[in-house]
Amino acid sequence: MDPLPASPLPNELEAHRAYLYRYALLQLRDADGAEDVVQETLLSAIQSKSGFAGRSSLKTWLTGILKHKITDLVRRRFREAPPPAYDGDEDEAREYAEQHFEGSRRSHWLNAPRAWEDPEQALAQKRFWTAFEACVGRLPEQTARVFSMREFMGLSTDEICKELGISATNCWVVLYRARMALRECLELNFFGQPAAGD
Amino acid sequence: MLSCREVSELVSQSLDRRLGLVERWRLHMHLRVCDACRNFRRQMAFLRKAARNHPALKRKD
Repeated sequence: MDPLPASPLPNELEAHRAYLYRYALLQLRDADGAEDVVQETLLSAIQSKSGFAGRSSLKTWLTGILKHKITDLVRRRFREAPPPAYDGDEDEAREYAEQHFEGSRRSHWLNAPRAWEDPEQALAQKRFWTAFEACVGRLPEQTARVFSMREFMGLSTDEICKELGISATNCWVVLYRARMALRECLELNFFGQPAAGD
Repeated sequence: MLSCREVSELVSQSLDRRLGLVERWRLHMHLRVCDACRNFRRQMAFLRKAARNHPALKRKD
């Protein structure tokens, strides 16, 4: 079989392209990067068709290849522009705490988290996902990538540290900040808002 | 007693690693008396659930 990109892909692989693209776009937030990894995934799939022994569904198998391709790309981008290292930077940590906590030991919430009304039901609302996407989109790029690997791809922090060459502590801090920012953003832009005819 | 800041960090880390016995105990003691941190913990669990249920990851086969 001709593995050149120009050659038509087998229909059964092509049928999964849209799903793979959505998956990649969610992780990478970059249409060109997503196109590339999906293309690479389908090419590897053709070249190693023998690798798919029907042990899992074709989609699961393709998603597995895609995850590796995404991880490779994220690793390369991290090398080019590493995320800020949070290890032991006390000034930076204090500054961050000051934005969210008050008191001499920064021990109390500046804006205490309020109870969210029926969050489960939000998952079924288009308006919620629009807000969620916008909030993830506001995270610093590398922070968003670590968050994606952890929460969308479901990689362990050990795996993320190993792939990206950052320490576990740094990884926890990146994830902590991502979650704090997302929480705050959702509270401001979704849960704090009256539902406008949704 | 842990501060709300420390609790928020531990709650987040509890999604990434298994907390030690002492950490869990101190967390528990704080959460018993702090509404804001209990809300925070629920919201963190919700964020995870939301991410794992993202429409783009839905498998339709």
